[in-house]
Order: sequence, then structure tokens, then C-alpha cells
Amino acid sequence: MTDLAIRAADRDISERLCDQVRTAYETRTPLRIVGGNTRMFYGRPVEGQPLSLAEHSGIISYDPVELVVTVRAGTRLSALQKALAEHHQMLPFEPPCFGEESTIGGAVATGLSGPRRPWAGAARDFVLGTRVITQEGKLLRFGGEVMKNVAGYDLSRLMTGAQGTLGVLADISFKVLPIPTTSHCLRLPMGLNDALGKLAQLGRQPLPITAAAWHSGELFIRLEGGESSVKATRERLGGEPLEASFWTSLRDHTHDFFKGNEGQALWRLSLPPNTAPLALDIPQTDIFYDWGGSQRWVKTALDAQTLRAACQAAGGHATCYTPNAQGSADEPFTPLNAVLEKYHRNLKTQLDAHGIFNPGRLYAAF
Amino acid sequence: MNILFDERLDGELVHRDKTEVLADLQQAVPTMTLLHREEDLRPFECDGLAAYRVLPMLVALPDSLEQVETLLKRCHVLGVPVVTRGAGTGLSGGALPLEQGVLLVMSRFNKILSVDPDARLARVQPGVRNLAISEAATPYGLYYAPDPSSQIACSIGGNVAENAGGVHCLKYGLTVHNVLRVDVLTIEGERMTLGAESLDAPGFDLLALMNGSEGMLGVVTEITVKLLPKPETAKVLMASFDDVEKAGRAVGDIIAAGIIPGGLEMMDKLAIKAAEDFVKAGYPLDAEAILLCELDGVEADVDDDCETVRRVLEKAGATQIQQARDEAERARFWAGRKNAFPAVGRMSPDYYCMDGTIPRRELPRVLKGIAALSEQSGLAVANVFHAGDGNMHPLILFDANKEGELALAEEVGGKILELCVAAGGSITGEHGVGREKINQMCSQFQADEISVFHALKAAFDPKRLLNPGKNIPTLARCAEFGAMHVHNNELPHPELPRF
Repeated sequence: MTDLAIRAADRDISERLCDQVRTAYETRTPLRIVGGNTRMFYGRPVEGQPLSLAEHSGIISYDPVELVVTVRAGTRLSALQKALAEHHQMLPFEPPCFGEESTIGGAVATGLSGPRRPWAGAARDFVLGTRVITQEGKLLRFGGEVMKNVAGYDLSRLMTGAQGTLGVLADISFKVLPIPTTSHCLRLPMGLNDALGKLAQLGRQPLPITAAAWHSGELFIRLEGGESSVKATRERLGGEPLEASFWTSLRDHTHDFFKGNEGQALWRLSLPPNTAPLALDIPQTDIFYDWGGSQRWVKTALDAQTLRAACQAAGGHATCYTPNAQGSADEPFTPLNAVLEKYHRNLKTQLDAHGIFNPGRLYAAF
Repeated sequence: MNILFDERLDGELVHRDKTEVLADLQQAVPTMTLLHREEDLRPFECDGLAAYRVLPMLVALPDSLEQVETLLKRCHVLGVPVVTRGAGTGLSGGALPLEQGVLLVMSRFNKILSVDPDARLARVQPGVRNLAISEAATPYGLYYAPDPSSQIACSIGGNVAENAGGVHCLKYGLTVHNVLRVDVLTIEGERMTLGAESLDAPGFDLLALMNGSEGMLGVVTEITVKLLPKPETAKVLMASFDDVEKAGRAVGDIIAAGIIPGGLEMMDKLAIKAAEDFVKAGYPLDAEAILLCELDGVEADVDDDCETVRRVLEKAGATQIQQARDEAERARFWAGRKNAFPAVGRMSPDYYCMDGTIPRRELPRVLKGIAALSEQSGLAVANVFHAGDGNMHPLILFDANKEGELALAEEVGGKILELCVAAGGSITGEHGVGREKINQMCSQFQADEISVFHALKAAFDPKRLLNPGKNIPTLARCAEFGAMHVHNNELPHPELPRF
């Protein structure tokens, strides 16, 4: 690898981390796992001794021709993306970044994905392998650095989105992809129902769409791919050009929509593709449709139960992004039914017998 | 070392009298087909790994969810193991029965429940054939992407159990990337939904965990898959090389040019000859290796990419490059590759198919290692390779009627997998561990890692009744396997690099 800025921060502190976990296991001390501390708003507050991953950073290996990068969890997201961009590659799931200190470990632990998600896949789809610190303070390897690997259970994908409640992510291997050669973003004035209908219709065709959103009477689309197909689709769809940074602002919640929600909570509704607008008492201006309509950001003072019942009836679920705001939920994540909860508990007990890993971050019970 | 279930190594099973279990289940689920006579059980004694056969105690052929639920509850109470089977095409013995167990055959769950073209989803039962899903989606211009070569026959339930792949994985992913939701029954007979029609679900990603878990965590009863719009066009280039290493390097060069082909396959000389003799695909018999590179997408982009790939291949030293002129020629180029296994089967009474994966850069070294193993054992090896994603399928040719040849073929196969692990790869890319590679798991994972797998299993099935003995070896088995290795500690091929 060339003289990446990231080299300066190249540091392996896994032994120290393992020692800390071992001590916590022996003394039954809960740990609060921290990377860049930019995603603490996501999930329930954790009481525990901080276990800081921020210094455990650097790219361990990156072979652009193999389309694989292995990186320490404390590596800054921005640094990793820069290193990949030097070789015209990217993390295809477009992880949201909530601050300069945001780390790749936090991105995987929370399992969040950006606007490209419906077309490219989620964070877990690009995780090939992990090195995980277990409850006994052992650094173990699951998955690998190859595209296909079905040996054993898929621990790496299980860890993705588990928010550190099953173990500490130390190192992560990803499948990366080339940055598309051509990109064009556009905006079209259109009503909500027409926009959802159009997206369903476009979705059935092999078009180079990699992001689609709707808000306040406008449909926003990103085209990415080969020069010829992007040009042809652009001519077909028409509309006005749109800044590419629109998608970053939607991804990272820096768009004006996410500012100034006095008295309201921010909710993320995750719904099946082609779900009609929900019958909820929320003004259209307080809803932002992303992921072609499958992910909806909602600003509301409605209670959790009302929102969740409407989402569940449509086959989806609702997550509260502002657990501390007025009108928000004690449980930011949709509660599990009895059978699912039983197997979640069993898993937690098996992998974290003394409840030392981020206890209560996902659900109060574990 | 024999791979058949050995209670000494694989853990004790409850031994129950067959007539007692039969009577119990007949009473509990009177409407369910339950086979018990030897002649009825015989067709189920093996899956696609036909070298190993075990007669199950009973075969259950339920046709309703309630039947499966009651069956599992009874087996849980009785302590009788349950091995779930789909179409029985698996190549790793994942559905190999147990003498003391019930074989739960899901083939009667064969209905496509719904196809929603606007949401691009299909809800199907586990016994539905892989290809049938794409056929049902065709009228809407959609298809289901993963295409294992057994797709005419294999069932989607089995695909989930093994996290099946195919020739288009690099671009379109494995089964885990294309399944949105599964409904499962636990060994205790509880109904549980993992994943959702929305693109994520609350809690742990148990859906990802279920994919590839080889029927050891639950029984899949319904699956929702993602459908994709059919690419507007697909074009295929065939390049010949006078040297396998050059072909291997060309694969990396294509990726380095920023192109992700829909399919990128490689075959060596022996595989080329076998395929050509069998299907007359038009392959060059004088080549040491060929690459098949399929580019799919929007017509104009595909044409641009074909040009780029052609330039890359020329620069990489291809001796000949042909682009299929029409759909018929494209189908013919692929027919050779898709029939490579049966084609090799015509050259030899038996063959043993391996499934290791490696980082692509290690290809020349691993191929050299395989050639050395072939020479030393006297068994020919044909190489067929999903080159784009580093998934090798070496086919070891042997004659089971010759004393000791099966054992020799297995030994060579085991060593090939160990070469893959040493190269930083995996013992299985898409066929699964099943019973076949149970010993090689001990090479890929340390004891502590295997213990974590057992902990995970215990969260779902503490009595170890679901498909015991598959996928994850016991530490006792690894100790025995390791001991055997120590006993034979004269490394074959000391001249080979070990890494």
C-alpha cells in the first residue's frame, strides 16, 4: 500500500483490549464499547466502564484486485473511504457518518446503510469476516478474506448490527467494489403517489438507479453505472440536475429536514418495497422517503405504539432515533415477540454469560 | 478417516426402538406419510454425496406446517434426531441420514405462494425448485439471481441451508444476499420469523445466521426472496491461454480495470477436453486454460465493457479471444462449463468434486500444489474454477471399484482443502461442510472458534437434535483428526511452500 495518511494511525492494541475484556469477565464489570462516540444516540444508554477501540486503527491489508480490505475497528470511516477512493473503490453500503470521529467498527456494529442499500445491499452483505474478542478475552477469527466462505456459522454477519452486545469487533474484512465510472443526480417535481408508482415501475426495469428519495413534492434519483446507460436513462427521465451532496446530507442527517424538531421525535420506518403511505396523522412535510420508499424518516410527537402498530400491519418496523426527545420511546427498537426474545436471550447468554458487552443497548432485558 | 457418524467422536445419540418411535409418531401425526420399511427408506439413504449411504430409521414426508410442528415436538420429547432434506442434491452430505434419526423430507412443500412484481418479491415454500422461482418471475421481466448448477433440481430450502452460490455470485451474491425473510420451526416446534419483507428487522440478524446453518438451528418452512430485473443483455467472451498462470493473472486484470463481470469462469486443459468431448462447445483443445467472461447489463454499457475486457485479455497474453456472436453461441460456450462435472464424469468411473476458495492471487501456487498432489497420488485432477470469486472446483478422477482409490481420492481432496486454508481461503465456498468436510473444519478453525460455534448451536438446540454431526466437528473429532495428522507427520511434498 502507498503512503496513505492512515498509516500514521496504524496501531494494533488488540492484546490490551483482550486483557480489559478478560478482567471485565472475571470481575463481572459491564463494558461500554466506544469507537468515535458518534452513534451513542442510536439505541439505549449503556452503563459501564468504557472500552475504547479508537486507538485500534489502521488498514491491515488491502488488495484492490482482490476487492477485499481488512481494517481495524477503530479506523476512521473517512480515512478508510479515502484509502479506497485512491484505488477508485468504495464500501458499497454507503455507511452513514455522524462526525469526523466516526469509526468503521461503529458503522458495522450499528449495521446502518446509506441510500444505495436497496440496490447494492446492506452493511452485513459486505462483511466477509471479523476478528472478534469473546467474553473470555480471546481474539477469534470468523469468516475470512475471500468472497465465498460457507464454513461454520456466519458469526460475522450476526455481529453486524448487534451493537457490540455479543462481542467486541476488533478487525473487519469487507468486500469492496469499484466506484461507478459515471454518475448523474436529478430532481423531478412529482406528487407522492405518482412518485411511488413511478419507482415501482422503474424498479422492474434494469436501470442504473442507485438511490431514490421523495420529499415535499420532489422525486430525487441518482444514476450510476456505465457512461452509455447513465446518459440514456438521464435523457429518458429528464428533470433538473441535483447536487451529488444531496445524498450525503440525507445519509448523514445533515439535510435541513433533520434540523429543528422541537417537541418531536425522529423515527425511522422500515417498510416493504412498494408500501403505500401509512394512514398516520403526520403532515407530508414531516416525512422523508428514502430507499425508494422502503425507509421513511418521520418527525412526529405520535406515541411509539401507534407508529409501531401501523408499521407492523404493513410488514415493517419503527426505530426511534431520538430516545431522549419528547414523545419518543423507552425502547428505541421494536420489541421482539416472545419466541424471538427467547432465542435472543439464549444467544446473549451463550456468548456473554455475565452481561459485560454493552448491556441493555438493544433491549432492556439483555 | 471415516466420515460416517461415530458416537465415540461425534457425541452420543439417544437409542430408541424403531417400532416405539414409529408408533409414537403415527399416533401424534396420523395424517402424515411416514416411511419405515427398508425398501421405502432406501431411496433416501444419501444425498448428492452418493459415496456415503445410511438408512434412516424413518422418513417423514409432511405436507402441512402443523405436521412438521407436531413431528418436531415429538422428536424433541423423545430425543430423536431430525435430519432435514430438500431435493437431496447437496454435494457435502448435509442431508446424510442417521440410523437413529428421522429424515424430514420437505419436498411436498412445493408451492410458489406469491410473486409481487412491484415489490420484487416472491414468497415460496422450501421445496420449490430454484429455477421454478425464476420461471414464475419471467412474465414480469424478473428473476431470482443465485443459480447453483443444480438449479433445475435443487430446492430453495436446501439453498438457504447451504447458502448456495452459482456462477454469478461475484456480482449478484450468494443466497444470503438474496433472501429477505424465512419462517422457521424450532426443534421445540415454535414458529419464528427471521428477517422481514422490509429491508431489515429489529434484533440480531438471525436471518444471516440461518443461511448456511445446514439445518442445525431450525427447519425452514417458508422463504421470501428478492427478485431482480433481468439484465437487458448478456454477452460472453472466451479467451484461450497457453499458460494457466497467465489466465489467472488476466482475471485480476479484468477486476483491476473496474469491471465486475456477471460471470467469470476458468477451466484447465483436462476440463476443457472433457467438456469439448461431451457437448462440443467449440472450446480450443490446444489451450492450457480458457476464461469465460460474461458481461451483463444495459446494452450500451455491455458493449463498452466487452471492448475493455478484450483489450485487457489481449494485454494479458490471451492466444485467442472469441465473443459469442449470438445467443446460440453464448449458450454453447456456457453449456461446456455448466456440463463440466458430468463431462468429467464420462472420462472416469468416479470423480470427487471439491469446493475450496482462495484469494485469487494465490491461484498459481495452489494450482501447482494440486498438480503435485495429482502426480504423487496418480489420480488425475481437472480444474473448474469460479475465477471471479476465487472458488475452485478441482475434480479428482478415480475408480471406486479399485481397492483403496476412494480413500486415496478423499485423502487428496482433504489435502487440497488444506492447501486452500493455508493460502488464506476456506474449505467450502458454496457446497457446505455437511458431513464431507467435517474433518477439514478442524484445519480452518481453532478449538476456541469451534467452541463458539457449539455455543451458538446450544442457543437454538441444546439437545443437539437437529442434524447432529454436520457442519461443526466436536473437539473430540478434531483431536482425533489432529492425532492422525501427527501420526503421519511426514508432510507430503516437502518441496511445496507452506504458508
